[in-house]
Amino acid sequence: MAILNSKIPEGPLEHKWTQYKATQRLVNPSNKRKLDIIVVGTGLAGASASASLGELGFNVKTFCYQDSPRRAHSIAAQGGINAAKNYQNDGDSIYRLFYDTIKGGDYRSREANVYRLAEVSNLIIDQCVAQGVPFAREYGGLLDNRSFGGAQVSRTFYARGQTGQQLLLGAYGAFMRQVNKGTITLYPRHEMLNLVIIDGKARGIITRNLITGKIERHFAHAVVIASGGYGNAFFLSTYAMGSNGSAIWQIYKKGAFFANPAFVQIHPTCLPVHGSYQSKLTLMSESLRNDGRIWVPRKKEDAEEIRNGTLKPTEIAEEDRDYYLERRYPAFGNLVPRDVASRAAKERCDAGFGVGSGLAVYLDFADSIKRLGKHVVKERYGNLFQMYEKIVDENPYETPMMIYPAIHYTMGGIWVDYELMTTIPGLFAIGEANFSDHGANRLGASALMQGLADGYFVLPYTIQNYLADEILTPRMNTDLPEFKQAEKEIIERIDRLTSVRGDESVDSFHSRFGLKLWNTVGMSRNKADLTHSIEDFKAMREEFWKKIRIPGSKDEFNPELEKAGRVADFIEIGELMARDALQREESCGGHFREEYQSKEGEALRNDNDYMYVAAWEYKGEKSDPVLHKEDLAYENIKVQTRNYKK
Amino acid sequence: MDFKLRIWRQDNATVKGRFETYRVSDISPDCSFLEMLDILNQQIIDKFEKPVCFDHDCREGICGVCGLYINGRPHGPDDGITTCQLHMRKFHDGDTITIEPWRAKPFPVIKDLVVDRSAFDKIIQAGGYISVNTGGTPDANAIPIPKHNAEIAMDAASCIGCGACVAACKNASAMLFVAAKVSQFAMLPQGRIEAKERVEKMVAKMDELGFGNCTNTGACEVECPKEISLSHIARMNRELYAAKIL
Repeated sequence: MAILNSKIPEGPLEHKWTQYKATQRLVNPSNKRKLDIIVVGTGLAGASASASLGELGFNVKTFCYQDSPRRAHSIAAQGGINAAKNYQNDGDSIYRLFYDTIKGGDYRSREANVYRLAEVSNLIIDQCVAQGVPFAREYGGLLDNRSFGGAQVSRTFYARGQTGQQLLLGAYGAFMRQVNKGTITLYPRHEMLNLVIIDGKARGIITRNLITGKIERHFAHAVVIASGGYGNAFFLSTYAMGSNGSAIWQIYKKGAFFANPAFVQIHPTCLPVHGSYQSKLTLMSESLRNDGRIWVPRKKEDAEEIRNGTLKPTEIAEEDRDYYLERRYPAFGNLVPRDVASRAAKERCDAGFGVGSGLAVYLDFADSIKRLGKHVVKERYGNLFQMYEKIVDENPYETPMMIYPAIHYTMGGIWVDYELMTTIPGLFAIGEANFSDHGANRLGASALMQGLADGYFVLPYTIQNYLADEILTPRMNTDLPEFKQAEKEIIERIDRLTSVRGDESVDSFHSRFGLKLWNTVGMSRNKADLTHSIEDFKAMREEFWKKIRIPGSKDEFNPELEKAGRVADFIEIGELMARDALQREESCGGHFREEYQSKEGEALRNDNDYMYVAAWEYKGEKSDPVLHKEDLAYENIKVQTRNYKK
Repeated sequence: MDFKLRIWRQDNATVKGRFETYRVSDISPDCSFLEMLDILNQQIIDKFEKPVCFDHDCREGICGVCGLYINGRPHGPDDGITTCQLHMRKFHDGDTITIEPWRAKPFPVIKDLVVDRSAFDKIIQAGGYISVNTGGTPDANAIPIPKHNAEIAMDAASCIGCGACVAACKNASAMLFVAAKVSQFAMLPQGRIEAKERVEKMVAKMDELGFGNCTNTGACEVECPKEISLSHIARMNRELYAAKIL
């Protein structure tokens, strides 16, 4: 299909990126100063891209809704970052990381992109160490690694249970250095609300200053969206409270295609839901599965007694415990990929073996404490154990943790080509905001890798291939009609929101919508429910614009107004997720359709009909979006059924 | 559980604030402190009044944006946690809880309980980094670092920039925050190269922004949600003296 040109370079897989860099166009230093680049978002992708572009000499303007770029939600990533260093001499290589990532993604990602990701993974570790990121080390002074789900080698670098924090602070430091040098202008507490397109190219954004409420226009020669994923649509998730899909939704409505919206990651090791007042779910790092064993009671009557509080997990004999991951997947055991682990937990709980409220399973460290000693377990996971104890009020050194799957990441996102450019010229999407590298399921410790790969080592090259044609474009006046029109749309929307004056708070509405989304487009999906949900979500969209209540005015610091805009977008995103889940009549990765499973309950993929990227094109409020397909070709990997059993 | 809440309300930086009293009831002991405030705000919205503004984002103790002064203590009565990790089981049924914003001149109030902490970004901008550009760095294992030193660097690096140290300090000193960054890099060979300029620039910026001096009361260490040790301040002082002498 001509409309979707992925621009994969010619040549053998391992030479594509080298070849691209050797032949792409560049911008010379004196011209870089004349070019403005807007970056939206300051997580790993946005911060690393801003810093790298600033160092190159571009004039960068970076926006974030938080009070400081250091707060972006990459900071909460716990477990680690993958790289193909093979420091452990355990058989790792660029090819193996590439292979594991494609397989982990259930053969729904592009070979060339993923190979490039594996290739630059090693540079990221070098970069971070040079920045002073205090990765865990061995006694000999060299870097330590741990293993993670979906791999048989130990390739994950980590900084206690705070790897995301340390990587983000490294990128933030580099970013602040450029702010100090004047190559980056920082706009904190600013939210992007619209994209400005002039003569078919992205030329700027409209923002709202969250402190004063002032609507502002900003010009740039290119715009980079690094605003993260849209998983907060579900209300309860491991995302930050402010994480939102509004930037990507606005650019979708302006013509950027949205790819694979149904591919959402549900993380198996989160704290279970405990009350109706709950505002978010807390993740316990996947690294815990290295040493923790997951189980539920083998007998239903034991599970029932545990739920009633008359039996303790420590009182259940070894032979009465069902270590269901080790039983079903002997080769990978507790380290199966996230989608497989999540579904297996749901299966046991739905069958009546759940503990706690019924929607929880055990993650038990008793064996590891016996084998390694409490001090080793504490050194590895101390902060996670402390976090668990603070929230749940139970000591995980003495009694097993309770966990349940929760929404954690979105593999889907804005469609981009090999250069990370969207279908709108001059508009780029990086990190979780794009759809690129994880297919239908992301492996643990790969999000940090992708965010930093995009920001440090891919975009700073590919954006120049575009900007080389822009060196003669002067900075444009923001009084142009396109800017005024984009601003007018936003002012009208905000006026409409504040004038509803209905009877339901934004949070209450969001929580109702999120639960509906979780029940139909969550861990398990089927045709009938999806078909209904599309109509339901349409109705909820109408209802939202009649019912919502926003106290305060638009000209002040007003979190209710901010949330309302985001929730209005989430409802529409939810509808597109349902549409995408409905058209994909197969089970793959995080997308599980009940109609397509084997007798043993394993996912049944359909490579003949669905080995494509589903890219959706917006066609206006009144019309249905149009589906475009980018066929995926596997030339270097043999496509097979994912098997974690042997 | 039932609580009486005394909350600081202030419309913006230019007007005077005041305490307002609210009541919440039937709160579960497993409810987090911020979820309790969510419940309060729902009550306020039901009356079509302006909810209480407070900063919060990750709600898992790592982004550092939440920070309330609760009954006279930054992040409330529990140790080693942020406000978002505080649970109502730490209070007694019927308690009166006083909630204020961080109080420090360099952290002006934006609205209600929300303050402006951009001064911290400015201190980092002055030198809280290692000056390497992207690319061209040596192999990550080229320079071995003693595990002990890496662990101290990591202890310091765990600072989340919440500002509890400043709020706790009677002098509104930012010494623990600055020391954590200085100390992280002082312990690593990569950071030694700019050690002298870094500590001088960061301390000068801290003074310029109006943070107070350290008088070794140790309140910062007690209230730090990441339990960052006062010994990092000692290390920063050594670094600063060394920079001036050598």
